[in-house]
Amino acid sequence: MMKDFLKRYKVFLLLIIINAAIGFVMPEVGLKSVNITKQNLIEMISIIPPIFILLGLLDVWVDRATMMKYTGKGSGFKGVLIAFVLGSAAAGPLYAAFPVAGVMLKKGSSLFNVLIFIGAWSTTKIPMLTFEAANLGIAFTLTRLALSIIGIIIIAGITEKLLKTRTPKRVI
Amino acid sequence: MFTYVLYGLAGTGLAVSFFKDRNKTIMALKKAWKSFENILPQFLSILIIIGLALAILSPETITKLLGTNSGIWGVAAASVIGSITLIPGFIAFPLAAALLKNGAGYMQITAFVSTLMMVGIVTMPLEIKTFGKRATIIRNALAFVFSLVSAFVIGMVL
Repeated sequence: MMKDFLKRYKVFLLLIIINAAIGFVMPEVGLKSVNITKQNLIEMISIIPPIFILLGLLDVWVDRATMMKYTGKGSGFKGVLIAFVLGSAAAGPLYAAFPVAGVMLKKGSSLFNVLIFIGAWSTTKIPMLTFEAANLGIAFTLTRLALSIIGIIIIAGITEKLLKTRTPKRVI
Repeated sequence: MFTYVLYGLAGTGLAVSFFKDRNKTIMALKKAWKSFENILPQFLSILIIIGLALAILSPETITKLLGTNSGIWGVAAASVIGSITLIPGFIAFPLAAALLKNGAGYMQITAFVSTLMMVGIVTMPLEIKTFGKRATIIRNALAFVFSLVSAFVIGMVL
């Protein structure tokens, strides 16, 4: 049990030691780092519970057939649109999207659509877009959004093509 | 604000689910916890790496690197910094706005913002867990190239 814990968290524990060592040599940087980590941790913890609860509900209630029908291989444009809207409606950092993507893959979404979902989550999240427009202006935001939509589709397409020979590893 | 919407959705979902099927709801919560616990070690490590990276690469340092007349090297620096670090949007966009005021061009800012959002070197272990090594490397490499392309396009248009 303890050994298992140490094995899984060894990188984390090592990083704590590194951070402490840096703090010992350069107290200012060490303290600042701890503060930033603390701030981020609080922010993440406040946003992560609903994402994972929704993920759990998705896993239990949406069966494979439904998921395949709406976002699977033959779902066409509708599937792409659903993946895009799901990703854009999200909140939280990109790495919170990976477990959700894992469930989608497991349930039979096509890799292309899951990649669209990841792309949308990374750049076209609606709350982020409004914040971007407020800070950097509407012209910048809309130009970038237009480019991103094209980019997301191209990235998903090429990634899927290049992977066609192998199936991706599926966890969860 | 948006966080509340998510909580609302999750809460409503749980309530409806509980009303319909108690056992399934408990299973959903167990799965939620399991998926979370599954990524927890990487998640905690990533948070510390971000903390360290941002403590060393302070907004002042970033401003120096991407500031006035940083040109093509500014774009290079911007895309590398954006790929490695993981700055939450509520810090990144005001920082980008400040950089613009301090003389950085739209090109550098786009490279920074775009790689920040799409390329995640630090979060790769988590991505590999879901998609496998090959897909992860391909996606990140493509996203990096795309960020450079959009930086140049925006640099020319705006």
